[in-house]
Amino acid sequence: MSHKFLVHNVGDSVGVAIEDIEAGEQIQGVILEDDSVVSVESRDFIPLGHKIALVDLDENSKVIEYRVPIGVATKKIYKGSYVHTHNLKTARWKYGE
Amino acid sequence: MENKIWGYRRENGRVGIRNHVVIMPVDDISNAAAEAVAKIVPGTLAIPHAYGRLQYGPDLDLFFKTIIGNCSNPNVAAVVVIGIEPNWTNRIVEEVQKTGKPVAGFSIERYGDLSTIEKAARTAQKFLQDASEIRREPVELSEILVSIKCGESDTTTGLGSCPTVGNVVDRLIDEGGTVLFGETSELTGGEHLIAERCATPEVKQKFLSLYQNYVEEIASKGVDLLGSQPTEGNIRGGLTTIEEKALGNIEKTGTKPVVDALGPAEAPVKAGLNFMDTSSAAAECITLMAAGGAVVHFFPTGQGNIIGHPIVPVIKLSANPITVSTMSEHIDVDVTGLLKREYNLQQAGDLLLDILIRTINGRLTAAETLGHREFVLTKLYRSA
Repeated sequence: MSHKFLVHNVGDSVGVAIEDIEAGEQIQGVILEDDSVVSVESRDFIPLGHKIALVDLDENSKVIEYRVPIGVATKKIYKGSYVHTHNLKTARWKYGE
Repeated sequence: MENKIWGYRRENGRVGIRNHVVIMPVDDISNAAAEAVAKIVPGTLAIPHAYGRLQYGPDLDLFFKTIIGNCSNPNVAAVVVIGIEPNWTNRIVEEVQKTGKPVAGFSIERYGDLSTIEKAARTAQKFLQDASEIRREPVELSEILVSIKCGESDTTTGLGSCPTVGNVVDRLIDEGGTVLFGETSELTGGEHLIAERCATPEVKQKFLSLYQNYVEEIASKGVDLLGSQPTEGNIRGGLTTIEEKALGNIEKTGTKPVVDALGPAEAPVKAGLNFMDTSSAAAECITLMAAGGAVVHFFPTGQGNIIGHPIVPVIKLSANPITVSTMSEHIDVDVTGLLKREYNLQQAGDLLLDILIRTINGRLTAAETLGHREFVLTKLYRSA
């Protein structure tokens, strides 16, 4: 089975779809750091270039990509879910909060 | 590494890869005359822009630095400067003269457009004929000053096109080359990674101070950049936060130490990877880097930014299969194979390096063939 998503580093919370992923697919991804393969069942439709959660993420927990936090989960995110602006926000631009 | 590299060695020893005769207006109201000259003498290049009147202080300094830097760029063989009055016109002429290249200035007051256009066109014609006899000669790859900046980024940028640029940047620097990167506020979320790579505590201090000033300036407007950073195009491409965008962006800087942190439009003095304090808007950034002497630009794009520059060839690469198939006329290097793992990063770097060398030797970029000549001055605040 060829990979449908890529992961930058070992320990990242998310992978990136390299083609559209349908909900309910059992898919594989490759971690670029060590070429290892990870499997996950998708819970949502995830368009090419968009992110899939590789682990369960609690609300307010840091989301990791490139080994570095890319923001904070705004709600509970389950493994296999679509991750984007509806459930992840920056930890940086804070004006007005 | 490939060594059949041919460039134009200018009077001051700097190497260019294009041979433009530029007609540079000093100010907005001289655009018409500059464009008229370029029309009468086809083959010359007018660079109209929106500013040059009633600027003051640091904004005026940056204006002059940017205009003078672009005229002094080694991709430019000769320059005709046209301004409304002689004082600022001569200020540019005198600075560009220091490079040794042919330059002449004309001012419009007390003559009018028509007489000025005639005089300037006669000089432009002579400059163009002289420039047409300048021949390329063998040069070293390390003499080619390269700038990098990405645009309309998405997650494929961080996975494919930016790492490809990073691979080539590392190889250029290993050869003794110099590379400029910038996009100050767009480093947010990864600024600590750049700071850690600064070669000395002084460079680190300089970098962090430029970074802090930029983000504080944004904060002082009483806003944040949500809605602007990431851009709507970034979000459509799957990027969610500024941190994620910055981390992909930083991939293109490779792994070498940052040897210096420069102000906008400042020319690098140290070989290696140099940071320049710039906007992240593509045309502003490339125009400032051209002023610093960059002669060719790597532009990784995800969703398909179509930018070009009048004097600096912009080489575009993309790893997004949708962009490469729907916007192929804008893309110089297709690295979509990286996502499918059809080849590795080193092989993708080979593809880019091959196009770099062909572009240096005269191959036109996609942006050059499509007439993209985005020249945008960075304005620090409104004019008086």
